[in-house]
Amino acid sequence: MNNILNFYPAVITTDVAENWQIGFQDPATPIMEGIINLHYDLMFFICVISVFVSWMLGRTLWHFEQNQNKIPSSLTHGTLIEMIWTVTPAFILLIIAVPSFSLLYAMDEIISPAITIKTLGHQWYWSYEYSDYLNEDDDSINYDSYMIPEEDLEIGQFRLLEVDNRMVIPINTHIRVIVTAADVLHSWAVPSFRSKCDAIPGRLNQTSLFIKREGVYYGQCSEICGINHGFMPIVVEATSLPNYVSWISNKLNE
Amino acid sequence: MSEVTIQVRTAPRDRRFPTTNQTKHCWARYLEFHACSKVKGDDDPECEKFKRWYLSLCPEEWVENWDTLKEEGRFPGPE
Ligand SMILES: [Cu+2]
Repeated sequence: MNNILNFYPAVITTDVAENWQIGFQDPATPIMEGIINLHYDLMFFICVISVFVSWMLGRTLWHFEQNQNKIPSSLTHGTLIEMIWTVTPAFILLIIAVPSFSLLYAMDEIISPAITIKTLGHQWYWSYEYSDYLNEDDDSINYDSYMIPEEDLEIGQFRLLEVDNRMVIPINTHIRVIVTAADVLHSWAVPSFRSKCDAIPGRLNQTSLFIKREGVYYGQCSEICGINHGFMPIVVEATSLPNYVSWISNKLNE
Repeated sequence: MSEVTIQVRTAPRDRRFPTTNQTKHCWARYLEFHACSKVKGDDDPECEKFKRWYLSLCPEEWVENWDTLKEEGRFPGPE
C-alpha cells in the first residue's frame, strides 16, 4: 500500500505515546480538545480542595494535640457546620457537572456522516472495510492490518505500534466508524481521537470521527483478547479529502 | 487504468437507530433492499440505494452469510 504521507514528509506528525508520559497525547478531534480542557478545569477544583482540606487537617492536628488539650472536647455535632460542609461540596459537584454533561452529550452526537468505515477485530490483527465504493467488478476495499514485527522495523518506526497497512481517513470530514469483531472481544482505541469503542462479535458499534489535522495516529487494542493482545496496534493516517479520494480510486483499481 | 468516479457518500443517519448499537440498522437496510427488489426488481434505482447502504453498514462476512442462507432457503428473516 502507498502511504500518501510518504510523498509529503513535511506534514508527518507522529501522535504516539512518549516514554514516561503522564499527560495526554495531542488532540486531533474537537472532542479530545474538550476532554483535555475539562481535565484542566477539574484540576483547578482538585487543587483548591486538596490544599484547603490538607490545611484544615494540619491545623486540627497541630492545635488540638493532646499535650495542649488535657481535657478533650465533648462537642459531638453542630447543625450549622454540618449544613455547610454538606451543601458546599454538593454545590461544587453541581458546577462541574455542567461542562462534564455537555461534553458527554457532544460525544454521542452523530452528525450525518459522509463516509462509513468498518473496522473488524480479529485474533490478532485489525481489518478495515471501505464499502461505500465499488469498482466495476462490484468489489469494495477490504484489507488486513498486521503489526510489523520488531526485526522488520526501519529506523524511526515505533516498536509494537507500526502496521503494514494503515487505515486511511480524510480530515475535516464526518466519518462513521463501525466497530465489530470476528472472534472475541477487542476494542478499537486511538488516544488522539478520544476513540475507544468495544469490538463485539455479532454487534456493530458506531463511533464518529472528525479529524482536524493531517497526521499519523497510533492506538492499540484495548480489550484483553488473548495471547497477542499487545501486538495488534492501530495506525490511522489522516490526509486531505482529495488525497483520500485518489487513494480510494487507486485501491479500487488494484 | 479504468476511470472510476468516487462519490463521497454513505448510508445516512437513521432516526430509527439513534444509539451506538447499529446492528439492527444494517439488518433493516438488508431487509429493505430485498423487500424493494421483490417488488421493483434488483436494478431499480430505488432499491440500488438500499443495497449501497447495507453494503456500507454490514460487514462483508455477514452479507455473504445472509446471501448464502437466502440461496439455501434457510434465511431467518422475512423472505
Ligand atoms: Cu484485540
